[in-house]
Amino acid sequence: MKSPISRRAVPALAKAAAVFAGLAALIAAPAPAWAAKVFVTNERDHTMTVLDSESLKTLQTVKTGRRPRGLTASPDGKLIYVCASDDNRVEVYDANDYKLLRTLPSGPDPELFVLHPSGNPLYIANEDDALVTIVDTETGKVVGEIPVGVEPEGMGISPDGKTLVNTSETTSMAHFIDTTTKQIVENVLVDSRPRVAQFTPDAKFTWVSAEVGGTVSVIDNASHEVVKKITFQIPGVNDEAIQPVGIRITKDGNTAFVALGPANRVAIVDTHTYEIKKYLLVGQRVWQMAFSPDESVLYTTNGNSNDISVIDVASQKVTKSVTVGRGPWGVVAVP
Amino acid sequence: MLDDRSIRRSDGCVVKLSALCVAVVAAWLALPAAAQEPPAPGPQVPGPAAKNAPAPMDFPFAVLRQFPENPPWWNNIVTVPPDDDGIAGANLGIVDNSTTGSFLKQNFRMAAQELVPFGEDPMPAFNRILESGAKFILLAVPADALLKMADAAKDKDVILFNAAATDDRLRGADCRADVLHTAPSRAMLTDALAQYLVTKRWAKWLLLTGREADDRLYAEAVKRSAKKFGAKIVDERTWNFGPDARESGNDDISIFTQGVSYDVIVIADERGEFGPLIGYRSWDPRPTAGTAGLTPTTWSVTVTGWGAEQIQNRFFRQSKRGMRPLDFQMWLAMRTIGESAARIRSNDPKKLREFIFGPKFELAGFKGGSFSYRPWDNQLRQPIVLTSAEALVAASPQEGFLHQTNPLDTIGFDKPESQCHFPTP
Repeated sequence: MKSPISRRAVPALAKAAAVFAGLAALIAAPAPAWAAKVFVTNERDHTMTVLDSESLKTLQTVKTGRRPRGLTASPDGKLIYVCASDDNRVEVYDANDYKLLRTLPSGPDPELFVLHPSGNPLYIANEDDALVTIVDTETGKVVGEIPVGVEPEGMGISPDGKTLVNTSETTSMAHFIDTTTKQIVENVLVDSRPRVAQFTPDAKFTWVSAEVGGTVSVIDNASHEVVKKITFQIPGVNDEAIQPVGIRITKDGNTAFVALGPANRVAIVDTHTYEIKKYLLVGQRVWQMAFSPDESVLYTTNGNSNDISVIDVASQKVTKSVTVGRGPWGVVAVP
Repeated sequence: MLDDRSIRRSDGCVVKLSALCVAVVAAWLALPAAAQEPPAPGPQVPGPAAKNAPAPMDFPFAVLRQFPENPPWWNNIVTVPPDDDGIAGANLGIVDNSTTGSFLKQNFRMAAQELVPFGEDPMPAFNRILESGAKFILLAVPADALLKMADAAKDKDVILFNAAATDDRLRGADCRADVLHTAPSRAMLTDALAQYLVTKRWAKWLLLTGREADDRLYAEAVKRSAKKFGAKIVDERTWNFGPDARESGNDDISIFTQGVSYDVIVIADERGEFGPLIGYRSWDPRPTAGTAGLTPTTWSVTVTGWGAEQIQNRFFRQSKRGMRPLDFQMWLAMRTIGESAARIRSNDPKKLREFIFGPKFELAGFKGGSFSYRPWDNQLRQPIVLTSAEALVAASPQEGFLHQTNPLDTIGFDKPESQCHFPTP
């Protein structure tokens, strides 16, 4: 029988080894995780929580406009864009000192948006108005409006910035939009209440989640046909509770993460076989997700448990949950 | 958009509940052409025609609403139901369907709208609707009138929606194969309430029933729900203190609620003759529920979760008032056709019916999950919210009430207990 001391010593040793391995990984990573900041919008608190990615401690709670939801960062990570839905504007924050730099017009009730890969313009879904509004982030001017279906929400953009995909929740469509002509080129019917559109890194497919339909449609971007409908079954969880929302795909294009809403799970999907590898238990009503800059970690916002879950991408394990504000909605991490 | 002017009738007479115009409203058909267009048609498809879009397809709708009996004394200019109750929800449904339709070349339009005063025969108005060529007819009429209309439309190629009548018999012995119910049954409402009260362990109920036939039906539903979920009705009392108890209420209601021990007062008073007076006046300090107090309903301005804020905003912008249950039930009927039309690209009522009762039909209704129709009695499955005037309290089915196929079937009539027998086609 081992003594209590040696019983403690073994995990300590393992921990030391893990720390060493972790350090080695950090040195190898292009954007070291310890430098990252995680921004989370809290819809019901009208605030944005800024976390240190290493300690997972709150660095600051920033007061935002009312009902902050969609959240994204400029390509250089220096600017943070926030949809203040009830104030009908987009707010631009300095990622360093969290000061409000300026506000952009957004059209009514902005919910989600996507930045052109170059950082300009910003494409905003106006949920109450069946419009996509295009805003020049430099001049702060509205440069276009595209009529789409009822309750536009999900916004995805191709890696080359030439194709924008917007989903409209009540119309149940993914609208493919040519960003040069600002015209719809195709409307693809998907399942009920599409929430998020995400391009695969090779730009060949768009993944669209349908919250009420309970599926993810994979659309071939060339033919605009739905080539695969991914369904989810979780033992012990009612089908009605499985409501896919957020989608994130690793840069290598091999693995997708799908947030399943009130099922309180994130599904890990093989993007080639569409096989579901694993379901990770996270917080309640998980909606949106974001990778850390080095893609080692995935953060999820859990709207009903007021926390975020931290998922280690390599080991596919939930490592921690961290309390933020009420109704966490959007998340983005910058170096 | 429906504005104040659009509830003016073609002869210039404003429909008011306090002074109902006598003649049957000849709908808005007689208004200038612009008013006949579906309100605020959806955006046009910009750019090249989408390659999946078929030839234009027509979806003519009609709405018939018979005004209910005048609300009782306690209503005032603020609480009186709006004249366009329900109609405004149908109009929003047309707008929502049209936006989707614009991408699929599907044209959703209101071919006829009829408003019938309380107490009049609604059949002439219904016949005018049939003549208008409307294929999808939304009805807000009492149960007996609904049955007459269903029988009159039997061999017509139309789909009828019951958007208002909660009578359980329309889902039971008197069910009709060609009527779909977006209105909840009383059983759904009282089951939803019972699940919540039982979850709270408030299982001893004092049942207070009004003097009208509808109140007794509601009370029957309450009793059935109590039995189903293991609550106990410790006493049932009938309101018999006259029509206006505002002045005498403090005395009357104390006496009315004395001499028995209970957890909660359940009120069966659909017109609201006395129910709103019970709270804060009972002998023992107990909460009220049922038709007053904590109320089970399909919709309320307090519903804001599940993305509902969007439809609440959209509705308010259109109608400058909150969305009411009848508005929501009309909207659901519109969306039933809109959703099915987008999926199967057909305006053939037979094909639409087939799809609606098939496994792929799912209706999103801002209360989480998808709604569908029970094939055994044509009742739309949907969660029932429990709400006070200002705040949402809960939504049923409550967690823990399990069902082998769909938890929504724990509220209302499940297949094994259904009294409805459709003729086999």
